[in-house]
Amino acid sequence: MRVGLFIPCYVDQFYPGAAIATLQLLEKLGVNVFYPKNQTCCGQPMANSGFEHLTGGCNELFLKNFSEFDYVVAPSGSCVLHIREHLHDDKDPEAAKTLSHKVYELTSFLTDVLKVTSLPAKFPHKVGFHQSCHGQRGLHLSQMSELVAPDFSKPGSLLNMVEGIEIISLNRVDECCGFGGTFCVAEEAVSVKMGKDRVTDHLEHGAEYITGVDMSCLMHMEGILHRQGSKVKVLHIAQILNGEQE
Amino acid sequence: MSIETKDHAELAETFNRDENRVDWHDETLWWIRQKRDKSVHQLPEWEELRETASQIKHNVLSNLSSYLQTFEANAIANGVKVHWAADAKEHNDIIVGLLQAKGIKQMVKSKSMLTEECHLNDFLEKNGIDVIDSDLGERIVQLAKEPPSHIVLPCIHKKKEEIGELFHQHLGTPAGNADPQFLTETARQHLRETFLVRKAALTGVNFAVAETGEFVVCTNEGNADMGAHLSDIHIASMGIEKIIPERKHLGVFLRLLTRSATGQPITTYSSHFSQPRKGQEMHIVIVDNGRSVQLGREDFRNSLKCIRCGACMNTCPVYRRSGGHSYHNAISGPIGSILAPNLDMEKYADLPFASTLCGSCSNVCPVKIDIHQQLYKWRQVIVKNGYATTGKKASMQLMSFTLSNPTAYHTGGKVGRWVLKHAPFAVNNKFNPWYKQRDMPEPPQASFGEWYEKNRKSK
Amino acid sequence: MSSRDKILAAVAANQPQLTALPDISFLKGDGTGALEKFVNTLTAIGGKVIEISSLDDIVAHIKATTTLSHRVISTLSGLSEATEIINDSVVLPHTFQDVELTIINAHLGVAENGAVWIKDDLLNHRVLPFICQNLAIVLQKKEIVPTMHEAYEKIGLEKYGFGTFIAGPSKTADIEQSLVLGAHGSRTMTVFLV
Repeated sequence: MRVGLFIPCYVDQFYPGAAIATLQLLEKLGVNVFYPKNQTCCGQPMANSGFEHLTGGCNELFLKNFSEFDYVVAPSGSCVLHIREHLHDDKDPEAAKTLSHKVYELTSFLTDVLKVTSLPAKFPHKVGFHQSCHGQRGLHLSQMSELVAPDFSKPGSLLNMVEGIEIISLNRVDECCGFGGTFCVAEEAVSVKMGKDRVTDHLEHGAEYITGVDMSCLMHMEGILHRQGSKVKVLHIAQILNGEQE
Repeated sequence: MSIETKDHAELAETFNRDENRVDWHDETLWWIRQKRDKSVHQLPEWEELRETASQIKHNVLSNLSSYLQTFEANAIANGVKVHWAADAKEHNDIIVGLLQAKGIKQMVKSKSMLTEECHLNDFLEKNGIDVIDSDLGERIVQLAKEPPSHIVLPCIHKKKEEIGELFHQHLGTPAGNADPQFLTETARQHLRETFLVRKAALTGVNFAVAETGEFVVCTNEGNADMGAHLSDIHIASMGIEKIIPERKHLGVFLRLLTRSATGQPITTYSSHFSQPRKGQEMHIVIVDNGRSVQLGREDFRNSLKCIRCGACMNTCPVYRRSGGHSYHNAISGPIGSILAPNLDMEKYADLPFASTLCGSCSNVCPVKIDIHQQLYKWRQVIVKNGYATTGKKASMQLMSFTLSNPTAYHTGGKVGRWVLKHAPFAVNNKFNPWYKQRDMPEPPQASFGEWYEKNRKSK
Repeated sequence: MSSRDKILAAVAANQPQLTALPDISFLKGDGTGALEKFVNTLTAIGGKVIEISSLDDIVAHIKATTTLSHRVISTLSGLSEATEIINDSVVLPHTFQDVELTIINAHLGVAENGAVWIKDDLLNHRVLPFICQNLAIVLQKKEIVPTMHEAYEKIGLEKYGFGTFIAGPSKTADIEQSLVLGAHGSRTMTVFLV
């Protein structure tokens, strides 16, 4: 199995630790991982701002970089959702469709493709799990509180394999953090308020760490935690599953 | 009465200056969302019910012209007069015409979002007709000279002390009395007199049944019935999309509507009007006002399935923290944001962007409208039609260029983290909206790409 | 071209390809425990339920809850001794504005939401269940169905001028979501189960 590693642009630039953890975790699980050097971005920042017509270059690049692999894995629900829903190629629509179905968010790749049942990781801390909306409601990584349907959580099942971890409960199990791409600056007031409320829910329940499948949500909450002078840290789920001790 | 000069972000910013109030607003609406959850979890068949309703509504949209004619024929056979209004103006003209023909100068009106959409009250006022809104929440915002901020809970943005003060000014209640029980009782007494003397009553329509020509009006207060059964003339205003095919389909929709709206199993009153009572006139005004255009927009026609339950507002994390008035449209919240651009794309260009696309709205929608997908699609349409700001266009083009060119991206990264300069969360100047209340991420020593070059080059 | 024709033409031109109506016959309630469910639901939404064995029990209830000065009306001929029977539809509906208690029959009850179904053949005046201060309904236990689907199955395609589902007393929560019973309709709703 040849797996292409897709690292979203802002993770590449700001959170290389999340990317390294993803790579190491996959390697630890025996996966043959390749990182195409000329990758940049899925195109979502433009598309969600109404400029999907400017994402042709990103699509072309993505196809060029990743078409050869059996699977493509990214440590982001949001970017993967964008690729799944919007990757297209006017010249070869089938190729784009085939590729988009091979793209996986990290935790669902672990549960659905690798069918991981145990992880050699230890993290003896109180951790709040943030349900990033695009992963949850878009990719159905876990059940949504609005629906009358059986409960499940792919990232949750993986976190439960980590020794010593205590997942705290939250008042609002899957409320959006308010990042929302360009929403975070275009609607600064509401975005920040949503972030503050999300952070408060975690803090009130004693979280030492907040984790999730999307670094963008975590970056937003980290910015708020920092400003508040909080010692609570954010960590991408890959870093916990990779057994990194803080 | 409408707020038109500022966009959603500005209005939301103003709303957020009083954080305690935002918390109160958010908690109140979240409580309703929780009541909805509790209620729907008692029906194991809930998701099937939603799917069925969505399919029924799809059939309605696909056969609407025929259903409308069947409905009209059956309503006429029932002794009801049917009118057609192409737009808001024609709707308002019809209403005024009906009242003037009878020399009526006073009307009582139960909740109808369509009449809000048509700004009927303003028009009646200009024509010397006094109208009193009989739904308590609507009456409160009417006294406050404000539009409703929520389609089901019109004055959810108002604190009881403010309502007490309004009642003190307008209805003569003692100053400082803000007890909901007392205020409701005052409104009851006050409106009883209104019901008894007003010769005309206008109601909305929740469902209009093609098969029988009847229409159903749902209220908790009983105000629609009090108005209709005591009036000489009952006018019901409905959008063309209110049609459902058969009477038995009411079973599906009445099970969904109130559970979604407030968590109640059904409204207190679900009244089926088929024929006027003896000596009474009954009129139905069927209104298009842009709906047939929306029907032709393939990506957006599903918005016409909406049964106006308000669940998408209660669940929307943005609505809860920005208030209904920030949407500067008769219908606020997520559903308003996908309906409004159809009416005026330029004026409402901001609304589809007033969302994080979290998708909760689509999940609570009882007729499964893909609301958040439509918000995304409206963004594309709005930009293509030239309603994006110039600054946004330029930065998006630069972003597109850089992200399409690995060399530019990597050079940018090396010169000082390209993203740090251009990503929306890190625009490095003092006007940076990210930095106002959030710290920026600390730039690492090396990007992942650079780390990989060093540590995995052998691969 | 009239607005009617313009609207219909625009709708016909813009409506999507015809899709079939879904079959809804699979949507059925469970009949077991319907009576208990009805009682619990109606009680939860602010209604009262009293099981009676004969109309005499209603007379006793009237005596216990009203005074001689109260206007008590009914459309049940069996209650002619204790109430003013309304069988004429000529008087103005406004004349019922001083009614303290209205007692009427209902056709059926719905267990899932505590609603009762009443058509105008049981009302004489449509305004009766709304304008009174207190409403009492007489309902046969055997007429309780599990869900709205069974209710509409029973109603069928029968013609009526007006019909209504009533579930509990009139209410509002428009002021800060504080629930207040007695908005514009009746302040209480009592169902006598026979």
